[in-house]
Amino acid sequence: MAKPAMPLLPRPSLRFVAVWRRNLLVWRKLIVPSMLGNFGEPILYLLAFGYGFGSLVGDLDGMRYMVFIASGIICSSAMFTASFEGMYSAYTRMAEQNTWLGMLATPLTLDDIVFAEASWAATKGLISAITILIVASVLGLVADARALLALPVIFLAAFTFGALALVITALARSYDFFLYYFTLAVTPMLLLSGVFFPLTELPGWVQGLALALPLAHVLEIVRPLMTGAWPTAWLPHLAVIAAYGGSAIVLATYLIRRRLLR
Amino acid sequence: MSAIRIQQLYKAYDGTAVVDGVDLEIAPGEFFGLLGPNGAGKTTTLRMLLGMTPIDGGQVEVLGLPMPEGERAVRERLGIVPQFDTLDPDFTVIENMRTYAAYFGLAGPEVESRIDRLLGQVNLNDKRSARIDALSGGMKRRLTLARALINEPEVVVLDEPTTGLDPQARHHLWRQLRALRASGVTLVLTTHYMEEAQELCDRIAIIDHGRIIACDAPSRLIAEHIEPWVLTVGGVNAGEVLQRELGAKDRAHQVADTWLVYTAEPERLRERLRALGHEPTLRDADLEDVFLKLTGHELRD
Repeated sequence: MAKPAMPLLPRPSLRFVAVWRRNLLVWRKLIVPSMLGNFGEPILYLLAFGYGFGSLVGDLDGMRYMVFIASGIICSSAMFTASFEGMYSAYTRMAEQNTWLGMLATPLTLDDIVFAEASWAATKGLISAITILIVASVLGLVADARALLALPVIFLAAFTFGALALVITALARSYDFFLYYFTLAVTPMLLLSGVFFPLTELPGWVQGLALALPLAHVLEIVRPLMTGAWPTAWLPHLAVIAAYGGSAIVLATYLIRRRLLR
Repeated sequence: MSAIRIQQLYKAYDGTAVVDGVDLEIAPGEFFGLLGPNGAGKTTTLRMLLGMTPIDGGQVEVLGLPMPEGERAVRERLGIVPQFDTLDPDFTVIENMRTYAAYFGLAGPEVESRIDRLLGQVNLNDKRSARIDALSGGMKRRLTLARALINEPEVVVLDEPTTGLDPQARHHLWRQLRALRASGVTLVLTTHYMEEAQELCDRIAIIDHGRIIACDAPSRLIAEHIEPWVLTVGGVNAGEVLQRELGAKDRAHQVADTWLVYTAEPERLRERLRALGHEPTLRDADLEDVFLKLTGHELRD
């Protein structure tokens, strides 16, 4: 008997906005603790690393360590926020609360839902980036208005990290599974991508490894923009981030479809 | 045009067929029941109908549209009450209704008044601001039904909607479903409660091992598939007595320490049993008897 092939590429519709909005409404209910975390955590990082560590380190790449690390923290925070949303929160909606199954009883399709979840993870990453940008500006760590251009880049990056997290969610059988991804992917990216110290301090092969992952490319664009310069070779960096994001959303949709619609 | 048309539907998991050549046609306005033991293929059939499971073979048309190609358009006109609770625990009752409406692209004052009307119909108006975890099982089911009606569906599909409900809540839901039927909505129901199916459905299909083994009005299923009377007798020696006294056309079946005798002429046997000191009871055969006859008495899990 003929078996219709599963469509390879997801075809989300504009209806995805309703799912995105659902997540926004839930988030709004918890806006106080959520924003407290958004503001509080980066301030702590900036103070602890910037003042504590910065006084030992002095200048890096011709800038105060505080200035250097502000752009690192904005990128890593967007990555963590989007990854958490795409894993713990999305998994809860998928496996614990059957939220997605409820949506599938409406004109929404799984393509809409997965795309909306990645967009929502991107939105949360963006919110965290905006709060850090505000804090960094107040502390005088941002050079000029070019820093605003970092935000769309961070949005794309957070979409990518959200979509990657959804791939992991599609494969997860419990929350514990996410530790593999954090240990094997997120933490190495955090430590090797130039968040806390310049990539150039690392041996060549480690640099190569870091550049094979998306976070280093985010920093290559965001750091100059926040410190008053134009990024060099921004297009290839953007292309790497977009390629990761595009592949991840296709794979995540495919895997979640295979998991839920069998 | 049929509301639902299924032809030679086929689905296999890991090489094992779970739906194996199902043909079904449901007319607009009909209240249709799908019965079968666990694992018989009911839910899988429903899921293919709704576009929630890929179809391995055969054709499905809902409201004249082919599935799964027409899934968006079909689900816009469909109401679905799933077997498991999918209410959104992050929202209150009214927020659940509004969010669900938004999934259909519905919003505005007209939808607000529709929500009011639906919550009134299911007696949940005073629970508008309640959190989902504060609702009883019956309330959750009612909210799920109200939510499924938000798009004024032409077809409502209910997968075991009364499982786990107390009799009061079940009867309340039955009333709702009858009112829907009266307003011209097509209903498709799966259930394990035979009296529920007999009570509500115009027509019933009994499905087992992925195939439909009988499909007709409840009264006709009973008339065609089983003897009209059931004599129930318990106690020691009943089996021995029956072995001697059973009529040629009678069938006896043991369930635990009780015997069921399916018969067209119960009087002689009842008198004989009474004379021997037994206390047989006589009742009409019902849908459950048909179901057990057609699908067997063995446990399925």
